[in-house]
Amino acid sequence: MWSSLGLNLEAHEGLLNFLGGAYKDIYLSQKNRPKGMEYFDFVISEVHGLRIKELMDAKEEGRKIIGTFCVYVPEELILAVNGISVGLCAGAEVGTQEAEKYLPRNTCALIKGFVGFKLASLCPYVEATDLIVGETTCDGKKKAYEIFDEITGGKLYVMEIPNRKGDEGRKLWRSEIERFKEKLEEFTGIKITEENLSKSVKIVNEKRKALQRLATLRATKPTPISGLDALLINQISFYDDPVRFTDMLNKLCDELDERVKNGNGVFSKDTPRILVSGSPMAIPNWKLPFIIETSGAVIVGEEACVGERNFRNLTEENMGVKETLDNIASRYMGIDCACFTPNDERMTNISDMVDKYKADGVIHYSLQFCTPFTVESYKVKKTMDKKEVPFMALETDYSMEDFGQFKTRVEAFVEMIK
Amino acid sequence: MTYGGIDIGSRYIKFVLISENSEIVNIEKIDTGFSPLKSALELVKSYDLKTYFATGYGRHLLEIHDNAKTITEIKACATGSSNLFPECKAIIDIGGQDTKVITMNNKGKVINFLMNDKCAAGTGKFIEMMTNSLAMELADFSRLSDNDYNPKIKINSMCAVFAESEVISLITRGFDRREIASAIHHSVADKVISLALKLDILEKEIVFTGGCARNKYLVSILEERLGKSLNVSNPPDILSAYGAAIIAKDSCESTF
Ligand code: SF4
Ligand code: SF4
Repeated sequence: MWSSLGLNLEAHEGLLNFLGGAYKDIYLSQKNRPKGMEYFDFVISEVHGLRIKELMDAKEEGRKIIGTFCVYVPEELILAVNGISVGLCAGAEVGTQEAEKYLPRNTCALIKGFVGFKLASLCPYVEATDLIVGETTCDGKKKAYEIFDEITGGKLYVMEIPNRKGDEGRKLWRSEIERFKEKLEEFTGIKITEENLSKSVKIVNEKRKALQRLATLRATKPTPISGLDALLINQISFYDDPVRFTDMLNKLCDELDERVKNGNGVFSKDTPRILVSGSPMAIPNWKLPFIIETSGAVIVGEEACVGERNFRNLTEENMGVKETLDNIASRYMGIDCACFTPNDERMTNISDMVDKYKADGVIHYSLQFCTPFTVESYKVKKTMDKKEVPFMALETDYSMEDFGQFKTRVEAFVEMIK
Repeated sequence: MTYGGIDIGSRYIKFVLISENSEIVNIEKIDTGFSPLKSALELVKSYDLKTYFATGYGRHLLEIHDNAKTITEIKACATGSSNLFPECKAIIDIGGQDTKVITMNNKGKVINFLMNDKCAAGTGKFIEMMTNSLAMELADFSRLSDNDYNPKIKINSMCAVFAESEVISLITRGFDRREIASAIHHSVADKVISLALKLDILEKEIVFTGGCARNKYLVSILEERLGKSLNVSNPPDILSAYGAAIIAKDSCESTF
């Protein structure tokens, strides 16, 4: 299977070994994990195994695999044409040197990551995709997609995300949804109908509701699940089969309900609670959460795309095709990515999350050279200062060279809010 | 009964022994060297301590190998500084690898802090690298004075490696070494002052700590540019170890 995907077998083996080791150290060493995490551990262990097999089988049946990099790409439409949506992750330093042949050195790690994964022939998902949907959320991605299109042999389709949320922006985005719908119909030969669309809206809503349920459970003191585990679930939500995922997540939440009832938490009740806010954390970018949760604090929420931004809003159900497309457009316009200007909703959302999840402090995380989030951290700081919530902004990439310094900062922050 | 605080820094290990009434009984300082764990263990084992706390970038070594309690150098430094200088509400700390600015409340609790990122600009390491390329002794820096300041010379590069080549080019252009050395100090001061401004510490009483506070010239230009005098202890680089010792002592008291 691997060679038919054109992977670099030796390098792929190396990546798996590395991932396995890191996973063991970071995830399996945690104490008092819920039993329901077994499924997610299994999914991760099969991330380059069974899941790929499933995708290949689906391809045999004629289904299309569509890769995405951003929560703006409407999964509902992909499911409606019987496609499989996979979030391509790029959370590790892979093929950086190769990537730097194409990209300036000071490019964000995520962008270097997706280009690097492709150039190193390491990611079976990238190889398995029939179409990759990009979006114009930041200049780095926007321009890198042109190169990505070249190196993937023309797999790229790009949606234009407006930068402002007024009427004009909404109009543009609505027409982009229409254009994407047509593209998908043409690409798969399947028409989007009221029936298949309302079914897919439901599936995605159910998934988001389950993720919301998990998030809400974490608002209890003591929190019944670690931030690392919750992050993992959020990461998996981008590439697992949505129906099965929802089912398994709801089972886990049932277990967590029990825990909450019995006051059984993963950390003690008085553990400082941290809200992490900022750039997305793709698999296996676990550096910051690992440091936080081994420094005497617990993460109770992720104000990020791999996190709340992905599931905060639902799409209204049971409408005709046109109305549903309108609703999908509105729903996605409600996402508060830093690529928008102004972006005051994000400040309100972070404030609300601090209250809802009873956070004692906020750590703002941005990838180095990610201008939208790094610049916006100023406003977040101001908002938190006003609210008198301790705040710290960190900027890093996927490398481990700043691990020690990072740990010192996080530990000092935890000491400060204790 | 005595309590210890050990600060395993990137260049030196500092150890402070305090008595029951928080007085400093003994101070030791050794090179961190290649086996910091061994040196640190020998140090703490050579005293009859009721307990000790470890801090500094190597603190986790002792946590793992001697079950030591640890605190970050940020909290340690704040505790040590506010014990010695109760009026101070802010710290500028320039160590071997890190530059920090810390603010604290009346009780010496950290309110906020900033630290340099990955890069070496503005740290002791930076000054040391530049010393090497100037072929000057570190001690000579303390003998620099206002007369050596030449506004025409500026080190613009924030990266230590590029700054080094700037220094070399200044040498080949025939500038006086003392003037170049002065410019290097001003470049370190720039970096530190921008951190200090971000935390709004100018109105506060400030302690200057860390190995670089030994450098009298750096002290004088920081004082001049911040427009106020800085509190410097003697020696200036043991405040974190001292803070750790105080926290060790407090931890015993609070358990009774
Ligand atoms: S941060 Fe913005 S661009 Fe990145 S995934 Fe999220 S919404 Fe998309
Ligand atoms: S992290 Fe920032 S710079 Fe990187 S792709 Fe996302 S928005 Fe762009």
